[in-house]
Amino acid sequence: MIAYLARRCLGVAGVLLAICAVTFVIFHLLPADPAAAACGKTCSPERLAEVRRFMGLDQPVWRQFGDYLVGIFAGRELGSGPHALQCGFPCLGYSYENALPVWDLLMDRLPVSASLAFGAACLWLVLGLGAGVTAALRKGGLLDRTLMVTAVATASLPVYFTAMMLLYALVRLTGLLPYPAYVPLTDDPVSWAANLLLPWTALALLYAAMYARQSRSSMIETMAQPYIRTARAKGLPARSVVVKHGLRSAMTPVLTLFGMDLGALLAGAVITESIFGIPGVGRLFYDALQRSDQPVVLGVTLLAAFFIVAANVVIDLLYAVVDPRVRN
Amino acid sequence: MSIPTVPATGPGDAPPAAGPGSPVLPDALWRTTWRRLWGDRGSRTALIAAALLILVALTAPLLSRLGGWSPTDFDPDAIDPYLGGLPHGALGGIGADHWLGVEPVTGRDLFARVVHGAQVSLLIAFAATAIVVVTGTSAGIAAGYFGGRVDTVLSRLMDLTMSFPSLIFMIAMMSVAQDVNRVVLMTVVIGVFGWPGIARVVRAEALSLRHREFVEAARACGSGPWRILTRQVLPNISGPVIAYTTLLIPGMISTEAALSFLGVGVRPPTPSWGQMIAEAVAYYETDPMYFVVPSVFLFVAVLAFTVLGDALRDILDPQGGRP
Repeated sequence: MIAYLARRCLGVAGVLLAICAVTFVIFHLLPADPAAAACGKTCSPERLAEVRRFMGLDQPVWRQFGDYLVGIFAGRELGSGPHALQCGFPCLGYSYENALPVWDLLMDRLPVSASLAFGAACLWLVLGLGAGVTAALRKGGLLDRTLMVTAVATASLPVYFTAMMLLYALVRLTGLLPYPAYVPLTDDPVSWAANLLLPWTALALLYAAMYARQSRSSMIETMAQPYIRTARAKGLPARSVVVKHGLRSAMTPVLTLFGMDLGALLAGAVITESIFGIPGVGRLFYDALQRSDQPVVLGVTLLAAFFIVAANVVIDLLYAVVDPRVRN
Repeated sequence: MSIPTVPATGPGDAPPAAGPGSPVLPDALWRTTWRRLWGDRGSRTALIAAALLILVALTAPLLSRLGGWSPTDFDPDAIDPYLGGLPHGALGGIGADHWLGVEPVTGRDLFARVVHGAQVSLLIAFAATAIVVVTGTSAGIAAGYFGGRVDTVLSRLMDLTMSFPSLIFMIAMMSVAQDVNRVVLMTVVIGVFGWPGIARVVRAEALSLRHREFVEAARACGSGPWRILTRQVLPNISGPVIAYTTLLIPGMISTEAALSFLGVGVRPPTPSWGQMIAEAVAYYETDPMYFVVPSVFLFVAVLAFTVLGDALRDILDPQGGRP
């Protein structure tokens, strides 16, 4: 088990390093010049050269990349002379926009995105799995067909359309919910939930539809297995056949999907956050892009990659705990 | 892997089909597929809707000339300057002159814009799908058929690509690249991240095919790897590939729309559905039709290709092989 864990962690480090390298190289190959952007419109060539030197952009790419990597683990000093910035562990650089450490910016926004992601995830798991399993158990029936038609239609609606419709129906027309404004969970849990309910629903509807389809087909496949027939023949109550024997094995592919989706959402649901103006990581990323704030963009990309990879490892570990065959 | 003794049944894998001269599906399978698609009400409707949308996209310049407006023509007569540029008349200015109404402020014809938007959206979606399918199928076949080191390298590459935060990465690339053809860039950027899904499906299929009798027979006859891959393996995985390809299209359409919605897609004045919806958000209360028209087109396009893909998968790949 420990060897398996070690192997996985090594793999994760490799994947993150590769993603970091690719991101870094792509951003340096592209034409945008951060020094020119930071220096402003009226910038003399001498001043530009100075800015480039300060930002380390006069170094070769591999050197910049090396410095960046070292900075993540050991911190580093940005620039030189009297204006040098001390960037402590874990150093992802400073925002060009407001000279704040990227790490602090990310950690500042992360609770918001995490609130959005986890709340929506709870909602879509309940809705999606509920609908999917119900449909699978009544395969071919009226309820199954109704649920699946609804799921296909809902999955085809873009999240921004659903969001606007919900906003119109629940906020403007009936006033059932407040216009979303983020309130930290620790300040006021009730108002936190009330404010996030709308974004949660908008995001969850899309995923619930996809999960309903996935869990239905997975459940149907499982329920056709011989061991289910055996369980039934043994005289087990229907409920325990479905829950203990069917659901447990049918949920493995759904679990994989869930890990990926949640990981990707943790680092910001860019579209949902920008529609509702929720100040999460996705919003930070979007704003940083508008201002060509490269260190922030790079930071969010790395964070997102980290979450996806980490979610994968967690899911794999769960498998390994449940199923000993995976370990070898 | 042992050589299966049970003769292959089901339309998904029909070894006799792999004879010379049939690079894709055999005629009989085509006919069955068509009959089952056409026989089901849902998939028939989806097929018609998808065909109509493609037709609209292809004939966009013609259609907009028929409507009398080009997508970039301003029509100051269609809007009311005293109402902040809202369209004259009910339902966003729908009438004989402007079939689907006009854009607020500019008065550009919505029919012309939505039809040209179909062109942009579908062009990008189809081209990106083509990239994904060609790359994914090649990588999957190579990994599954050759195995060993090729498989290890390609599988690692698939894992790596799947670990990329694709949407965030796409947005970043689209907004950093400046002086590039937007449509081409977008196609490539969307296409780059899609291939591992189909590659996994194809790899699994190729893995099970490489020790089948007819492949062994071809090898014994002295066929080289290229010939075996194109004549024996490829025809036998074409069913799942076709189904999976159709299922990829709605995702590509949505991604294109999402990127355009966020303002990093095609640049105005070139219309695209996502971009139109993004502009309409500000008017969703005062001029709801402006919001509804492109949304309906986007919805119908995604829905039609999803239903079609589902139906094709049920017909061509009944056992699964799902990613």
